[in-house]
Amino acid sequence: MRDVAVVSYAQTPFVRSERARNEVEMLMPVIDEVVEKSGIERRKIGFTCSGSTDYLAGQSFSFVMAVDAVGAWPPICESHVEMDGAWALYEAWVKIQCGEVDSALVFSFGRSSMGETAETMTLQTDPYTLAPLGPDAISMAALQARAGLDRGLWSEREMAEVAVRSRRDALRNPEAQLKGEFDVDEILAEPYLVSPLRKHDCPPVSDGAAAAVIAAADVARQACEKPVWIRGIEHRLDSHQPGSRDLTLSPSTKAAGEAAGASSGRLDIAELHAPFSHQEIILKQALGLSDSVKINPSGGALAANPILTAGLARIGEASRQIVAGNGRRALAHATSGPCLQQNLVCILEGD
Amino acid sequence: MSEESTAVTKLVTPVRVSYTYTPGVATGKFLRGIRRGKIIGQACDSCGRVYVPPRGACPRCASPTSQEVELAHKGTIITFCVVRVPSENIDAELPYCAASILLDGADITLFGLIQECKFDEVRIGMRVEAVWKPESEWEYNLANIVHYRPIEEPDVPYEQIKEYS
Ligand SMILES: [Zn+2]
Repeated sequence: MRDVAVVSYAQTPFVRSERARNEVEMLMPVIDEVVEKSGIERRKIGFTCSGSTDYLAGQSFSFVMAVDAVGAWPPICESHVEMDGAWALYEAWVKIQCGEVDSALVFSFGRSSMGETAETMTLQTDPYTLAPLGPDAISMAALQARAGLDRGLWSEREMAEVAVRSRRDALRNPEAQLKGEFDVDEILAEPYLVSPLRKHDCPPVSDGAAAAVIAAADVARQACEKPVWIRGIEHRLDSHQPGSRDLTLSPSTKAAGEAAGASSGRLDIAELHAPFSHQEIILKQALGLSDSVKINPSGGALAANPILTAGLARIGEASRQIVAGNGRRALAHATSGPCLQQNLVCILEGD
Repeated sequence: MSEESTAVTKLVTPVRVSYTYTPGVATGKFLRGIRRGKIIGQACDSCGRVYVPPRGACPRCASPTSQEVELAHKGTIITFCVVRVPSENIDAELPYCAASILLDGADITLFGLIQECKFDEVRIGMRVEAVWKPESEWEYNLANIVHYRPIEEPDVPYEQIKEYS
């Protein structure tokens, strides 16, 4: 295995609606910044991989248009995943492991504000037997939350505590969207949005773009003062049929965490991609995280959840924490699909 | 044949996804121009190439295209074809001539229909001008230009346009 590091990360501020800028206009300054910070010349970056979906943009081949922001002439070696940018980073990491390239630019972007995100997400379910029934993303998460509540695995109070802590931590993150001091009892007095979920248990609708540059050890050392090493990165998935799963558990997160080496050293920080409050509790359990691990110092997905960018942002935020000296070893997690169906775990370490 | 052994060949599951699209700064300026009967491109800050419609970035340089350029309504045919099969997307009588047109001052071509001439006279290098809908019908839509027609100007030699073909 080659040692590979995150050498730089940049993102737009995550906001409720970009309105004025299109995807290319959002991405250009982010890509400029991440390349500049990487210390690697743009033309020397061997591979570019993006993560996004046309379902958000409402137009076909939106990811090809986004390549305008990279400068793809003469043509560059490039790829795309119809997934979160965390999986684009995984593809880039594999490409470096194969020895094909020594560095890669990874980015993702999306404007959830243009569509009806919760309904659009229904289209990722089985198109013949499930999607026609119309289960939206919030209702599916609510089914999961109810299953755990009734089994006594978590309480509505514990869910509210996750939301309060996330939005409080987000106060220190200038790029987070939904932040502030909230009171658990006040939250619990609010009406349900989709019972048993209240508004505070759900992520905001967010627009945003993020990018990272990763590189093999020799390049990373030369380019960058504080490389953040990817010690392990793995992804696993659960059944596409929600009815066949125990929604209160996340075996795919557990398997990905074990394969990535989550338990092979003390973790200081975990950036978990938990768009719904109860999902953080499921993930924490699946990964065996102790109470000494600082969870989501960025505020996490409850503070900003740009679809298909929020996972890459977890890797970016965890590496920022390490660069800032707030910890030496961190776990970053990304999820995709309804009710934590597919999960990626990345273990990051400073020198 | 029993129902058991019949293949299920049709299942209707309607899907509707709605969007409130916003085009971004650069394309927004372009569309506002089209609404007023103007063709607004943007020039790359680094290489000067002029894009129409602009998306805000030069795909060659990854530089912003912050300088607005108003383009002529005249241009040159870079390539063309004569279409004899119907398409749901194009409201034109068959056959019609579809062309790639380089507007004067632009560095990328636009798609357009060629009319008001015989198709066997259409050629690469031919000069054409935009024919607009009546002003009362202008919308935020490039279809405000209904077609292009030939003008009395000498053809542009291939050498001068070959980089665009
Ligand atoms: Zn340029």
